[in-house]
Amino acid sequence: MSAITHDTHGHHDAHDHHDHHEETFISKYIFSQDHKMIGKQFLITAVFMGLVAMLLSLLFRIQLAWPGESSDFLSLFLGETWAPGGILKENMYLGLVTIHGTIMVFFLLTGGLSGTFSNLLIPLQLGARDMASGFLNMVSYWLFAVSSVIMLVSLFIETGPAMAGWTIYPPLSALPQAVEGSGLGMTLWLVSMTLFIAGSLIGSLNYIVTVLNLRTKGMSMTRMPLTIWAFFVTAILGVLSFPVLLSAAVLLMMDRLAGTSFYLSDIIVGGEMLENHGGSPLLYQHLFWFLGHPEVYIVLLPALGLSSEIISTNARKPIFGYRAMIGSILAIGFLSFIVWGHHMFVTGMNPFLGSVFVFTTLLIAIPSAVKVFNYLTTLWRGSIVFTPAMLFAIGLVSTFITGGVTGIILADSALDIAVHDTYFVVAHFHIVMGMSAVFGMFAGVYHWFPKMYGRMMNTRLGYAHFWVTIVGAYGVFFPMHFVGLAGAPRRYYDYSVYNEFDTNTYEMMLDLNVIITVFAIIAAIGQIIFLFNFFYSIYRGPVAVQNPWKSNTLEWTTPVEHVHGNWPGALPVVHRWPYDYSKPGAEEDYILQTVPLAEGEEEH
Amino acid sequence: MSFKLITIIVIVLGVLAVSQLVRLYELSSKLRNRREEDVTNRDNKLNANLLLAFMIFFYAGFIYLMTEYGWTGRGDAASIHGETTDWLLNLNFIIIIAVFFLTNTLLFGFAWKYVRKPGVKAYFYPHDNKLELIWTVVPAIVLAVIIILGLKTWNGITGDSAKEAIRIELFSKQFDWTARYSGEDNVLGKYDYKLTTAENELALLTEATLDSAIRYMEFGKADSTVLGIKLLENKLNNPKNIFIPEDRIKMETDLDRKTRLLRLLYQMKARHNAKLDASAYDDILQKDTLHLLKGKEYEISFRAKDVIHSAYFPHLRSQINTVPGQVTRLKVTPTISTKEMRVRKNNPNFNYVLMCNKICGSAHYKMKMIVVIDSPQQYNAWLKSKTTFKDDYLKPVAVATDSTVVASAVVDSTKLGM
Repeated sequence: MSAITHDTHGHHDAHDHHDHHEETFISKYIFSQDHKMIGKQFLITAVFMGLVAMLLSLLFRIQLAWPGESSDFLSLFLGETWAPGGILKENMYLGLVTIHGTIMVFFLLTGGLSGTFSNLLIPLQLGARDMASGFLNMVSYWLFAVSSVIMLVSLFIETGPAMAGWTIYPPLSALPQAVEGSGLGMTLWLVSMTLFIAGSLIGSLNYIVTVLNLRTKGMSMTRMPLTIWAFFVTAILGVLSFPVLLSAAVLLMMDRLAGTSFYLSDIIVGGEMLENHGGSPLLYQHLFWFLGHPEVYIVLLPALGLSSEIISTNARKPIFGYRAMIGSILAIGFLSFIVWGHHMFVTGMNPFLGSVFVFTTLLIAIPSAVKVFNYLTTLWRGSIVFTPAMLFAIGLVSTFITGGVTGIILADSALDIAVHDTYFVVAHFHIVMGMSAVFGMFAGVYHWFPKMYGRMMNTRLGYAHFWVTIVGAYGVFFPMHFVGLAGAPRRYYDYSVYNEFDTNTYEMMLDLNVIITVFAIIAAIGQIIFLFNFFYSIYRGPVAVQNPWKSNTLEWTTPVEHVHGNWPGALPVVHRWPYDYSKPGAEEDYILQTVPLAEGEEEH
Repeated sequence: MSFKLITIIVIVLGVLAVSQLVRLYELSSKLRNRREEDVTNRDNKLNANLLLAFMIFFYAGFIYLMTEYGWTGRGDAASIHGETTDWLLNLNFIIIIAVFFLTNTLLFGFAWKYVRKPGVKAYFYPHDNKLELIWTVVPAIVLAVIIILGLKTWNGITGDSAKEAIRIELFSKQFDWTARYSGEDNVLGKYDYKLTTAENELALLTEATLDSAIRYMEFGKADSTVLGIKLLENKLNNPKNIFIPEDRIKMETDLDRKTRLLRLLYQMKARHNAKLDASAYDDILQKDTLHLLKGKEYEISFRAKDVIHSAYFPHLRSQINTVPGQVTRLKVTPTISTKEMRVRKNNPNFNYVLMCNKICGSAHYKMKMIVVIDSPQQYNAWLKSKTTFKDDYLKPVAVATDSTVVASAVVDSTKLGM
């Protein structure tokens, strides 16, 4: 702590002499310890990984819509090895699905949301000079970067990437004899995830310490913006659950390399009788989902936090039920640890245990409903400004509802039996987790771009991007419900098997799959608008003003030009909560948190 | 190649065109003194209207999909518990579709209605305890109903089956299913994975299968594609043989493994109670097609040989994973015969099916078994055509056509003698 203050003092002196702080290219852009730069590094890495994962999804979507037809697109990207004659290989299909899921969940949504915005906003919105430990923060990013590279490398090896689905259930993931991707590809997957987890842990610990210790004067916990509450609870979830995934991965590694039997029992594979006895594949599933479910909220809570801030700012109204929002974030965070079993209703887990998880899972619907109604009431009688960020935040609320309600079906074990592992599930989690989180991320990028780069993104292109994205993404995932209700299992290379027993259903699936793929291509092309806008605006966008959205929070009191230590003078002092928008009696429709209460003014 | 070149040129030109347009737009904004963060009333109104239009388009798409594909594309449930879960599913769908329409309408409706209007200030409304209590308690009550109904159904489905339920077993491996009927005694014979041989794929446990597994471990396959312990020892101990180190290590590991497995087999043999053989010998094995009797309750247990699979009967609304090293189970009572379902579905070629629904390797998508739900006459006719495990196993293969059968016939001849 003293080191940080010392550092910033040194900087001030330099600043006073109009002499710029000397930073080399390497210390500024590569091994930076400045939270703003690290946030940007996370963002760009995650966006790149997201593009790769989106491309992978296009490749397998083409196979699903036009099974067995030769495609130039496939042969261009996969070559003769994985798509001989432009037709995707069965094994590579599984590899694409696996890596698509892994990258999207961990690298885009965890790294891109929590990594980017926790780094950018925690110090800025709390009035801190930087993270508690700038060095650990840097380490956290570089572990993330290295793990990204390893994950990408696994796509290019001879035996192909991991092919056991993103959940990598053993024994499939433990036995190279069962599928070739479980050889080197799986090893690289495990190494990559191990580094990812280490990075994520270091980052999360840093976020927690910063939130607890480095709040500026007057910034009590109940005056923190909801973004910070969301990041804070997300970090706690990460600290408590990621180590469990690591333990699952380490045990799997030992089963693969050291001949232990944690997950393996009584197996004959590839003509070889294995000696392993007494292990349980269900143990892995329990360990995996103990992370896997909180992971959903690690992805979702930051998106909800960002949208709370954006909706409040652009509706020019305080967020409705601030304390209820905090309460629901905490409730969701707590409940997310005791619901993992709902992924395992039909795995052979004791049915009584299943009923306990039904109960806890459906409880989560209550705080989620509270959040939705609070968003709706925030919009009610607002004075809404539709910036691109606001549109994406509204899109998020819509997808959170649409994907959330189908969760009620899946959480009900009796109903889950018939739709478990079908496209109904794929539709559910892509809408509630994928779309919501991506919308939250886009909203965050549009809203805080001026803070990140000191320039504005183009609004009109932002509108175009939003409309293509919401139509495209709903067009992809909404019809999937119907594919799933028709009984289509997920992770099928094609549905030709239906031809042998139900031709009508086969036709229906094929029809819907074509529609889905066409929308996927549209949505993917729509992202080019964003990429163009993003990179163009970094260099050529109009220079931003200090507080472009007329927002209350502290980050908008910092100068547009980034300075090390965030505020050139003394740290700001906070006098009120962050949601005094359109307060009666005030001149403007916003009051910065640094403005002291007027005489006789009530806090809220 | 020229196609790719043209694509690249079009993309480059496209990007250039867009950047020029953006430049133009920025210059005009500058001229009109409009900043990027100032959203004009026209833009604001346009987006508000688009949100409403999107909502209508979205609902229309939903209703179209519903009318076109329905909400159970699998058709009517063909089992007793399936009828209950379909009823519950419909109830839940009504609730969630109502919530979906209500909240989405409020969302897009508010967004449209409360777009910024000149001179209208937002209403400062930070909280209201009564409202918040309402939308905590109302969802809680609805969820309580859903939970109670759901758990009641779940307990019924997963509870014990009746004593007289017909016991069968489904054995899964990459990438097919094998059914085992318990035969006349309605008891499934015991098994142990170490007893697996080419003639005893399901690893059933009897005196004879034990002996043959031991022999197999000791002597390997007759055609030397799999080496037994004896041959491995001979090879490794013969000073004339020179191996590259990798091969030697591989053979030594193989030998060690087989020696340990053999020891376990001998232990098993020492403890074996031959009285239990009968329950295995009357079992009936069946590949490709699973025959079930309409109106009978079945207690099905599941095994997996290699990796996790999932037994998914979409029309019976049944599903359970099959797990290596662990037995899973479910109970089901089919209610509609295949013939009746063909009429209902208006498709003379329709069949019930058992699919694999847990990723299990490259041909996962092809791993299925046709399920036929018979009337008693059809079922008995099919049953008459079947032979028991005893018939299949203890009778040496008379006509050998391909090499693997020749090899196994050699092992077979030793089985009876021991």
